[in-house]
Amino acid sequence: MKTTPATSAAPPNAPTGAAPRTETLHIEGMTCASCSNFVERALIRTPGVLRATVNLAAEKATVEYAPNQVDHAGLKAAVEQAGYQVFEPQAPAAPNVLTADEELADRKARTYLDLKRRFQVAVVLAVIIMPLSMLMLWPALMARISMPVLNYGLLLLTLPVLLYSGREFYVSAWNGLRHRTASMDTLIAVGTGAAFLYSLAATIAPGFFQRQGLVPDVYYDTTATIIALILLGKVLESRAKAKTSAAIKALIGLQAKTARVMRDGQEVDVPLEQVRPGDEVLVRPGEKVATDGIILEGRSALDESMLTGESLPVDKSVGDAVFGATINKTGSFRFRVSQVGTNTVLAQIVKLVEDAQGSRAPIQRLADKISAVFVPIVIMLAIATFVVWFAVAPAGQRLPLALVNFVAVLIIACPCALGLATPTAIMVGTGLGASHGVLIRNAEALEKAYQVDTVLLDKTGTITKGEPAVTEFITATGTEPSALLPLLAAVERRSEHPLAAAVVRYTEQQQVQTAPGEAAEATDFVAFEGRGAGATVAGRAVLIGNRRLLEENNIMLGPELEQAAAGLLAQARTVLYASVDGQALALAGVADTVRDTSAAAIRQLQSKGLTVVMMTGDNHQTAEKVAHQVGITRFYAEVLPADKAGKVQELQAEGRVVAMVGDGINDAPALARADLGLAMGGGTDVAMEAAGITLMRSDLQGVVTAIALSRQTVRTIRQNLFFAFVYNTLGIPIAAGLLYPFTGWLLSPMLAAAAMALSSVSVLTNSLRLRGFKVKG
Amino acid sequence: MDTSQIIVTLLGTGLIGFVGWFFFAAPHRVATAVAGNGGLQQATIQVKGGYSPDVVEVALGQPVQLHFYRDETAGCSEELLLPDFGIRRELPAFQTTTVELRPDKAGTYPFTCGMGMLRGSLIVR
Repeated sequence: MKTTPATSAAPPNAPTGAAPRTETLHIEGMTCASCSNFVERALIRTPGVLRATVNLAAEKATVEYAPNQVDHAGLKAAVEQAGYQVFEPQAPAAPNVLTADEELADRKARTYLDLKRRFQVAVVLAVIIMPLSMLMLWPALMARISMPVLNYGLLLLTLPVLLYSGREFYVSAWNGLRHRTASMDTLIAVGTGAAFLYSLAATIAPGFFQRQGLVPDVYYDTTATIIALILLGKVLESRAKAKTSAAIKALIGLQAKTARVMRDGQEVDVPLEQVRPGDEVLVRPGEKVATDGIILEGRSALDESMLTGESLPVDKSVGDAVFGATINKTGSFRFRVSQVGTNTVLAQIVKLVEDAQGSRAPIQRLADKISAVFVPIVIMLAIATFVVWFAVAPAGQRLPLALVNFVAVLIIACPCALGLATPTAIMVGTGLGASHGVLIRNAEALEKAYQVDTVLLDKTGTITKGEPAVTEFITATGTEPSALLPLLAAVERRSEHPLAAAVVRYTEQQQVQTAPGEAAEATDFVAFEGRGAGATVAGRAVLIGNRRLLEENNIMLGPELEQAAAGLLAQARTVLYASVDGQALALAGVADTVRDTSAAAIRQLQSKGLTVVMMTGDNHQTAEKVAHQVGITRFYAEVLPADKAGKVQELQAEGRVVAMVGDGINDAPALARADLGLAMGGGTDVAMEAAGITLMRSDLQGVVTAIALSRQTVRTIRQNLFFAFVYNTLGIPIAAGLLYPFTGWLLSPMLAAAAMALSSVSVLTNSLRLRGFKVKG
Repeated sequence: MDTSQIIVTLLGTGLIGFVGWFFFAAPHRVATAVAGNGGLQQATIQVKGGYSPDVVEVALGQPVQLHFYRDETAGCSEELLLPDFGIRRELPAFQTTTVELRPDKAGTYPFTCGMGMLRGSLIVR
């Protein structure tokens, strides 16, 4: 291994042969600034440590060290020798995206305060400088004041604006020049710097100007006002920027701080960081669920709206999964922790949204290309402006005019508006999506959603619930359903077949009351592979299954049930046959049921001008029935799982931009094939991996929200880009004085500064307007 | 046109040419990430009015850690974007921020500041 330029940023004492590693230690026991200096020195003196900074407020030491010379234990020993402690989380702390943010927020707050102070200083001084510079408007007053004294006074007032308020611009511009890069700061530094240096020369050596036949005018007011206005823009910008990420911050803030964990039979409140998978956590009504897990005991309704956007509480009982940050409404329960830290659903949502906010939209490519060359080109244009004005203006006026227009061009140009146009809208849009249970993978998915004209729905799990339900229960004459259902449910409770679960759910929904202790227990349970199940309940032999099960047991259907079965089959139902003590007594028609919200959501999609197409593995008859029920006219029936992607392609071949909505593993190829894949919440990880948008909520309303939100976001991006382009392409020529020959208009550099400050704020404000987004319907 | 005008015109034209050359023909500072244990490739990038190095070469398929040390408070560099990897990170001033990624496709991936003024690239081979 050899040292390469990549590590050359390390100080000269960097040992060769290892890439430095950075670690953050949590120091305990520091009470004052001298303590932190002491810890810092102790760390720096440790062999192998390249750099150490101790933050007293955060109680953290950030150490950069060569891993081949010293390790974590060595660093800890150094701190302890200095008389302080290193706080170690009980177990390897799960890297927690959700808390790592706090220090950053703190720093940002301080930076903001600093910015505000610099702005305030600039404003106060600019307010004094302005009227003083305009004294020449009152010749009577001017006669009594000596010009040099006034100029020196103005110089003294301007210096703090330059050196304190505007310092950052010059430092940044200088750093950029050393790298041969130019930024916004370069423009401001060159613009204000030119105005200031000219004024300085006119103040110190007015005689030189007069000898050239020039009035030694000063532009201290321009310099100070530009800096004040640009700082105003920055203050407004940083306020607005904080709001663009408010949604994601709110999401992070949802996390519980503590959990009530069972430790050695005792209930203990512990900080969330100390909760481990396998712990048992108690949750009482009104409390927040600390992390993800599975209910072991108890039942309750949980408000999951923060994760899914679903406003109604969800009923949960033993075996159901609960998620961190959701709120327990009614009951108490105990759950076993399955995921902590970055593995929780909340953390994954946050991660997904953050990733999306970091992605670049294809629509921005042009803006990106322009911003890369923008600043140098503006500098070149400004120099050209200077040259042209100097060449054409009348002799006595040429220098001031050339200078003023040179400064105006530099100051009005605003690459910020171009740079902010897309990302801010994407940040607001994706954050907002998350709060509606719509997770957008990246900016490209957003853009695709904007172009979509056809929505292809995989029937099962999207239009329908994807779980079978008993739709009809028909009994032979003389048999009461309420008497029979408990017997059947008792058998089916022992079975693991999805159809059995449907019967159990149906029984529960009918709220059939059974006398305590009676009919509740099934004995001698037998599962007949591929046919059904049987058991003895309350001394009676119960069989439930398909027709073959009854036939094998020589049980005949009466003509009445025979006819009913034919009717159910004609309606494309799966039919369950039940017998008690050798007598066929009932039929259950089972079907996948349509979600309550599907028809309305499909109508909304259609009203947005989208063609909705359904695809299913069912036979034509069933497909037609469901399609009709939800108002779909075009559908594909009997589609094999392997052919789903082919159907997407078929639609694309018609020139359509297709959004595919699915939930299962076998949907993944179709989701990937489609222009935009939307995975439904109950869906699998594989499906989500292949999808551009994940819907946390399992209904089609999410599709409507996703498409409406994407359209609105892309519209906002377009408005922003349009504004930014037009602003710059109009602003720069006007500032250069292009209108002067026709209208006599020149743009004062101060107005240019105001325009430039407002332009980035306008773009941001437009993006923030998105927060008012509502899905109609 | 008098003498001063001719001088200004000539100087100005020269300056325009110089500005163009200065910014557009700037040489890149190229570095190769150092591979350590387990194939983890690391590189430290100083952020101060630009990225140095501004071209980082890494090997395909191995995890990469880029340590961005932001050595300034200037607002322009406060955000770091690696759009192809979906990374948007705030770089606190005078701190090292580590970005982790695993390149699985060869190519050149730009990294930029929040507004695309400062630019660098990650070359995956």
